[in-house]
Amino acid sequence: MNGAEPRSHRFRLEREADWRRLEGLLGKAERQRASALTEDELIALPLLYTAAISSLSVARATALDRNLITYLEGLAARAYFFVYGTRTRLRERLAQFFRLDWPRAVRSLWRETAVSGLILLTATLAGYALVSRDADWYGSIMPGGMTQGRDPTASTAFLKAALYDAHGRTGLSFFAAFLFTHNAQIAIFAFALGFAFCVPTALLVAQNGLSLGALLALYASRGLGWPLGGWLFIHGVTELFATILAGAAGFRIGWAVMFPGSRSRLEAVAGAGRAAGPVMAGVVIMLVFAGLLEGIGRQLIQVDAVRWSIGGATLVVWLGYFYLPRKGLA
Amino acid sequence: MAPAAAPMTSPFQRRLVTPEGLDLRLVLASAGERASAYLLDLLIMLAALVALTIVAIVSGLGVGSDGQEVLAIIWLLGAFLLRNGYFVIFELGARAATPGKRALGLRVVARDGGRLTAEAIFTRNALRELEIFLPLSLLAGAAFAGDTINAIMVWLGVIWSGGFLLFPLFNRDRLRVGDLVAGTWVVRAPRALLLVDLARDGARDLPKFAFTADQTGAYGVKELEILEDVLRRHDTRSMTLVAERIRAKIGYVQPAGETDPAFLAAFYAALRARLEQRLLFGHRRRDKFDKA
Repeated sequence: MNGAEPRSHRFRLEREADWRRLEGLLGKAERQRASALTEDELIALPLLYTAAISSLSVARATALDRNLITYLEGLAARAYFFVYGTRTRLRERLAQFFRLDWPRAVRSLWRETAVSGLILLTATLAGYALVSRDADWYGSIMPGGMTQGRDPTASTAFLKAALYDAHGRTGLSFFAAFLFTHNAQIAIFAFALGFAFCVPTALLVAQNGLSLGALLALYASRGLGWPLGGWLFIHGVTELFATILAGAAGFRIGWAVMFPGSRSRLEAVAGAGRAAGPVMAGVVIMLVFAGLLEGIGRQLIQVDAVRWSIGGATLVVWLGYFYLPRKGLA
Repeated sequence: MAPAAAPMTSPFQRRLVTPEGLDLRLVLASAGERASAYLLDLLIMLAALVALTIVAIVSGLGVGSDGQEVLAIIWLLGAFLLRNGYFVIFELGARAATPGKRALGLRVVARDGGRLTAEAIFTRNALRELEIFLPLSLLAGAAFAGDTINAIMVWLGVIWSGGFLLFPLFNRDRLRVGDLVAGTWVVRAPRALLLVDLARDGARDLPKFAFTADQTGAYGVKELEILEDVLRRHDTRSMTLVAERIRAKIGYVQPAGETDPAFLAAFYAALRARLEQRLLFGHRRRDKFDKA
């Protein structure tokens, strides 16, 4: 055997061209996009991948060239992620999200949604009861910046005018954008807080309900309950629903952290994440709508009855979209 | 896999078996690499935000109030997108990595080895609010806390939330809270270059040297790898040193005109050929003390 070259040298010479070709195709697909590959290249890719996998398997067992093995490991992993990775088109992916994934995920969280909704409702009633009995509570419940002069010391005329203030009508789109980014950030935060054993999420949802109840009590005491309802629910139905769902998504994760059941905690939490992820993506979309309704819709529509009916209509739409039984949705 | 396969022992190596039945032996990214990648991304985001702000201000000077509103909206949505979308958009790409991760040679992978879904990417990044934003905002609050009781409460909050930030240090898979919830982890995916095969020149010259079986039998895989490193580094002094030691060990007399690099390259080729030959028969000779 003396004078013979290492087997791995010949092995490499015979296959190197294929590896280089695979590397080139992967580089092209990653730099641009998968659709940049021609039909021939798309057909060749899985074959080259299989060849690289088998090269690596042989090299590990028979070659002692470290650089060769390191190179092949990198190449095989890169090709694996490309061949078995996400390659659905964005449009199909979005269609599937709206048609199936989102409503299905919301349904699967029905228990958490009920709990989250109950917390919001209870907190609203509590806020209402507290402020009706003693108006001093209003100051402790409402965060200072949110009142904008809407407090028990304000005149009824002022409180009423605040409901129909059109913000000068210019700057509405900015207002809508601001409301969306603000609310979405809080919703994402509430979701993330769920990991901390649910409690902070519950507090955030309850805080929302308390302020809502306090505001309702203040306006109801002046006989302005109906117009306030219109002012709130034109966008509030969507926004509160989104808040409830964000809370529910957080609860699912916090619950899995605390009580993983028969699965390992790691698996249970990952499973909860899979269930809650689409719900949260949907929450952001709902908050875009809520921001538009609040920032633009409410300012342009000044009639209480119309505000109420839009609020009611959005409720019907969301409930129907999420919970109406239909084909393909279990 | 054959029992002779190289034993790869790293506490951060994880199995990912492809449908073809091959273990890709992924190696998890270290906490340091993760932190560096994150800082790099933060710098990029900050630069983008500064650029966005400057562009908005400069173009806002020349337009009316309607135009300014549009610019303000663009700025607001741009900042929101930057904060919540930067990681998601880059990780949705074919390389599943942000520019920071790319620079460090990392990528995001689904823990079960399956497809990395958009929901998982969204979830793992939404949890950053808990890991980064919460400790930071509490820390900012601590700086402005007035009386002692308040300050104690806020600092307790900082310590509590700091636990989420340092979470990756307390589990063996280096999972962030976001990774834990989304079912992902971050692995090394460096672009290794295929260098020149060191055996190429050596194998060509082998007939001139004619090493005996005893001579190539003096060493094992470990010595082969050290020799590989010496040849790759190509440092004249260490090559001379190593060549002299090998010649002494195997009793090889240097003929006139033979250079150390040529000798080392040829000996490397001969040693690798022999060790690979034995590997085919199931013997993996670890080092020179291994008599198997």
